[in-house]
Amino acid sequence: MSYSITEPSSRQKWVAGTLVITYAIITMIPLLWIMMTSFKTPPDSISYPPKVFYEPSLEGYVNLFTTRTRVSPEKLASLPPPENFAEEIVRNRDMVIAGPSKFGGRFLNSVIIGFGSTFLSIFLGTLAAYAFSRFKIPFADDLLFFILSTRMMPPIAVAIPIFLMYRQLGLSDTHLGMILLYTAVNISLAVWLLKGFIDEIPREYEEAALIDGYTRFQAFYKVVLPQAATGIASTAIFCLIFAWNEYAFAVLLTSGTAQTAPPFIPTIIGVGGLDWPAIAAGATLFLLPVMIFTVMLRKHLLRGITFGAVRK
Amino acid sequence: MAEVILEQLCKSFGREQAVIDMSMKIDNGSFVVLLGPTGAGKTTTLRLISGLETLDSGTVRIDGRVVNTETPAQRDVAMVFQQYSLYPHLTVRNNLAFPLRSPILKTPKAEIDRKVAEVAGILHISNKLDNRATELSGGEMQRVSIGRALVRDPAIFLMDEPLSSLDARLRADLRIELKRIQSELGSTLLYVTHDQIEAMTMATHVGVLQDGKLVQFGTPREIYENPGSIYVAGRLGLPRINILPADLFSSTRGRAANIGLRPEHVEYGTGQEASVKRVEHLGDQTRLHLDLKGHAITVLSPHGNPYAAGTTVKIQPVNPLCFDESGNRITETNP
Repeated sequence: MSYSITEPSSRQKWVAGTLVITYAIITMIPLLWIMMTSFKTPPDSISYPPKVFYEPSLEGYVNLFTTRTRVSPEKLASLPPPENFAEEIVRNRDMVIAGPSKFGGRFLNSVIIGFGSTFLSIFLGTLAAYAFSRFKIPFADDLLFFILSTRMMPPIAVAIPIFLMYRQLGLSDTHLGMILLYTAVNISLAVWLLKGFIDEIPREYEEAALIDGYTRFQAFYKVVLPQAATGIASTAIFCLIFAWNEYAFAVLLTSGTAQTAPPFIPTIIGVGGLDWPAIAAGATLFLLPVMIFTVMLRKHLLRGITFGAVRK
Repeated sequence: MAEVILEQLCKSFGREQAVIDMSMKIDNGSFVVLLGPTGAGKTTTLRLISGLETLDSGTVRIDGRVVNTETPAQRDVAMVFQQYSLYPHLTVRNNLAFPLRSPILKTPKAEIDRKVAEVAGILHISNKLDNRATELSGGEMQRVSIGRALVRDPAIFLMDEPLSSLDARLRADLRIELKRIQSELGSTLLYVTHDQIEAMTMATHVGVLQDGKLVQFGTPREIYENPGSIYVAGRLGLPRINILPADLFSSTRGRAANIGLRPEHVEYGTGQEASVKRVEHLGDQTRLHLDLKGHAITVLSPHGNPYAAGTTVKIQPVNPLCFDESGNRITETNP
């Protein structure tokens, strides 16, 4: 079979495909195991040898979202029949649902803080990047270096001063405090990445818009922003992943009202033994928002929308 | 449509002076072509008029109004860029409608639709209106870019080598089309090019630029027949004017240091003997590359081309243009 010199042969494609799929499977195994565990019953989750085939159960999810109390068999028998599947699962373990767990609230905190700080990082980062890209700013290079220098050590290295400052300022365990902290960490990444993307957008577009009767700011949001969409989307994903997964500061600075999901999930320890399915269910649900966000922005990551409209 | 007057414009970038003391009057309804090589200040002049660059000194008047401090939007100019500059995230239709939707014009939707359709018809892009701007060929992109200017009714159209990137046939078509549109609408147009055919065919006036200065301004015919200097003479005419020492031919010519010979200034059969180095058949014309005492001369062969490479031919100048040592024209034609 003949093929073009730049087009891989079918055998090369086959080998490459096999390698990629094998690698994908290997990296997916831990995630897959977490998801599988979340649908196991507690005895199945700790059985040895580990069970690959099992009867799926929602017990982990029920335990994740509820708090339960053990009751005597007599009391259990005297109760009216269970109203829903959750009640039924819990009663099989000689318990009744006492109320909702804190997971919902912690998850919501993660959403507020993660997306809030991502929005703020992108908002400020885009404006700063545009300014650095287009305007003559005195000491622009030094300022950019200064912005980057905030990432020259791990942010957790300054945890203690931040802890003390936050306590003084009343920002400890607040949504605002966590949003500001994650924005501060992400903003240097956002400015640098977005500056690169905006530098790539030719000035001619803005000049054309200025002549077409628009102000500079209108030209910025009508012409520059849509073309920076690719860069903004990928930067937003990086920012969200950092803020969403951050554990150390969350442990240190939050405990109640603003606690995010990462420090909360390990605390889901069941009554009388580690409740692995509940922890796995928490981890699985925790993965979803970033996954959905990434899939939603995928087309922006893949599409080079500015390609070819300006003659180079 | 308006009259545009430039008074002593100056602009430098760092140490480099891009435009020096430029004054020009662009009459209402005229088609002015700025001609000059790269770096002569043509594009900078357009950008100064449009407001994309600020003036170092001088005054730009549009319709009698001094616009020095106005933004590009306030100046009411339309510009066609050399690099198309279509908005890549918009369709052709939205690209054309973009200026009409600006906060300054705020055109009603029905009016936008009508104008876009009309301009698309003129430029033969009606069937491409719903394509994305990036899905067009180079020629189509440039037509959309011209269309984006034409949908408006600005004080002046500024065009920066709009045809330079197109293939020869499309360029010829659009040249005629542009001229037709301009004379139909009676618009004022300032057009930058280094293509002399565009200058000759479209312009009502030509301004020749040299190193940021306007060296001559007049009708294309004036510029061709009465160039003020060797530089200006070299800008128009194909094949290019031949500049030769004045004493090459027997008759001495007063103060003239050099003479300029266009093909029509050459008479065959008498005068000096030159050897034919090369013959170029271009179809409609035949060019002879001659060597006369070490000076290369390019002329048009008479009809029927009796000459071949390696032969000799006698040539004699007829009313050539005379220039002094510094390249300036000497007007007395028969000293």
